[in-house]
Amino acid sequence: MPLNVRIGFFLATRALRRASLWTTGLIIGVMVLTFLNLVVVSGILVGLLQGAVDAVRTQYTSDVIISSLNDKKYIENSPNLISLIESLPQVGTYTARYREAGVLEANYKTRKETDKPNTASAVLVGINPVKEQAVTGIAGSIIEGEFISPGDYDKIVVGGYLLKQYFPVETPGFTTLENVRIGTKIRLTVGAVTREVTVKGILKSKVDEVSMRAYMVDSQFRSLIGRNDGNVDEIAIKLLAGETPESVRDALLARGVGAAAKVQTYDDAQPKFLKDMIITFNMLGTAFSSIGLVVASITIFIVVFINAITRRKFIGILKGIGITGHAIEISYIFQSIFYALVGSGLGLALVYGFLVPFVAAHPVDFPFSDGILVAPVDSTFFRMGLLVFSTLIAGYIPARMIIRKNTLDSILGRN
Amino acid sequence: MIETKNLTRSFKNGDVETLVLKGIDFIAGDGEFIAIMGRSGAGKSTFLYQMSLLDEPTGGEIKIDGHDTHRMSERERMRFRLNSFGYVFQDYALLPELTAVENVALPLLMQNHSRAAAYAQAAGALQRAGLGHRLHNLPSQLSGGEQQRVSISRAIAHKPKILFADEPTANLDNESSRGIMEIFQDLHKQGQTIIMVTHEEEYAKLAGRVVRMDDGRIISQTHRG
Repeated sequence: MPLNVRIGFFLATRALRRASLWTTGLIIGVMVLTFLNLVVVSGILVGLLQGAVDAVRTQYTSDVIISSLNDKKYIENSPNLISLIESLPQVGTYTARYREAGVLEANYKTRKETDKPNTASAVLVGINPVKEQAVTGIAGSIIEGEFISPGDYDKIVVGGYLLKQYFPVETPGFTTLENVRIGTKIRLTVGAVTREVTVKGILKSKVDEVSMRAYMVDSQFRSLIGRNDGNVDEIAIKLLAGETPESVRDALLARGVGAAAKVQTYDDAQPKFLKDMIITFNMLGTAFSSIGLVVASITIFIVVFINAITRRKFIGILKGIGITGHAIEISYIFQSIFYALVGSGLGLALVYGFLVPFVAAHPVDFPFSDGILVAPVDSTFFRMGLLVFSTLIAGYIPARMIIRKNTLDSILGRN
Repeated sequence: MIETKNLTRSFKNGDVETLVLKGIDFIAGDGEFIAIMGRSGAGKSTFLYQMSLLDEPTGGEIKIDGHDTHRMSERERMRFRLNSFGYVFQDYALLPELTAVENVALPLLMQNHSRAAAYAQAAGALQRAGLGHRLHNLPSQLSGGEQQRVSISRAIAHKPKILFADEPTANLDNESSRGIMEIFQDLHKQGQTIIMVTHEEEYAKLAGRVVRMDDGRIISQTHRG
């Protein structure tokens, strides 16, 4: 080990070992908070959207979503496609959905002739409740009543965004149903067919696609829309653990599924605005973190500067008895690195040992998503490296400023 | 051997220049014990700082064992201070976060001694100064006299050619001061060159030569014994 490094290490370890616990605690506290600022601020910003992305994946698209082409009413040859899906080894389970635009009407029995009908436009979906639950688990989003069962007839589950009490938004052209509770009868119109159904459950999710829909059992819905050929409108596929959505998408496309349907991974199916927002929030997070990094650097600069100024006499003595300026500088660098590493280490333990699992278990209840804390290991370690480097520089500069002063002036406390 | 020729040192404060050393010619031989005396402001400490390479003179020459010091770089001066000089200051100048043995071992470590050798040599120096039981005490846990003995141990542990002492007894009571001066006398008997600034006549008498200064000049030199 070079001599200056050896002496610097010797001085640094003694200075740290015998420093005031309060001072050491304060500096390490600043480093921990800076680390959290670096990692958690951007992590929550990105996690806010990642929570939305994850929710869309778990509650709507699952890992891979197959939907009808834009110019087709449904996925042609769906039974063959379903057989193909079942044959893929990566597939865990799937749910096939029938989907039609329709209108729901409430309060029609009490309405006067002159009153405007209380209607809401909705996406009506026919599902196999057991398979849907296995893929998306949306029965867990029921907030009133129960989810539909395979044998249900003329029963419907309504998304919360279709009901005024759960979505009291007055947007021009957008209407919701009023006074609809469990057991309320409502009219459902699909094409030319109108049917009276009973509300069995109300579900509410932060995924718009889920909350804007009304759900019926697929066997009844098929007859309602007059489709008896087994062709469905969308299929959500849940893969086995460890399988990648891209490999299944590519396998399906390689078998020519693309000619009859749109095959997308959950990521492909994300709306562009969501992807743009993730990039934007990432940039914002980086900007906020950068400010935090500058503040931390200035804090360390001030702490080391004050420390070096108050120890100027001792720095002078060290130089006087023949200790090189480099060795003294290195001792300050070691001390700065120590503070940064201990602060970052505690920050790491806090982030991965507590915050990430805690926020995953108790997501932050944002209005449009259940926010999680996104802290990818590589980016966290990069930020940790940045913090250690900036602390090192912030510690070195003031130490060097004081060490360069005249030796005797330092010993005698002269300016 | 130290030799100064026409040594001057002035300090500037704005436009005002104060000449503190006014052309000093002086020779200190190997093995001498020299006491420098004078009233406050006479320039004795400033003179000591020039000879000990802690400060740079404004003019004149300082030769140490034939080396012309004004040609030395800061790094060479530092190396000279480390290897050839030892320092004892009025306020002990110990590093508060180092124990007694660490304070003494530090210059030895800087001389690239192994840790074991440096600590053994430091412990030996402290034991000779009567501090064998205080090796692992911090300066704050030692009395003034003990701290000054640690300071002397640090100054002599690496066997310097010259020991510079700037009023080493000024902060001590009589008993501690006498103890420090006994150590200096013992070192001198062993051949150590010592140059000491002091106010106290009683201790100056113990030196082999007393140099008196006034107004930046040497006004007299008295040899004893």
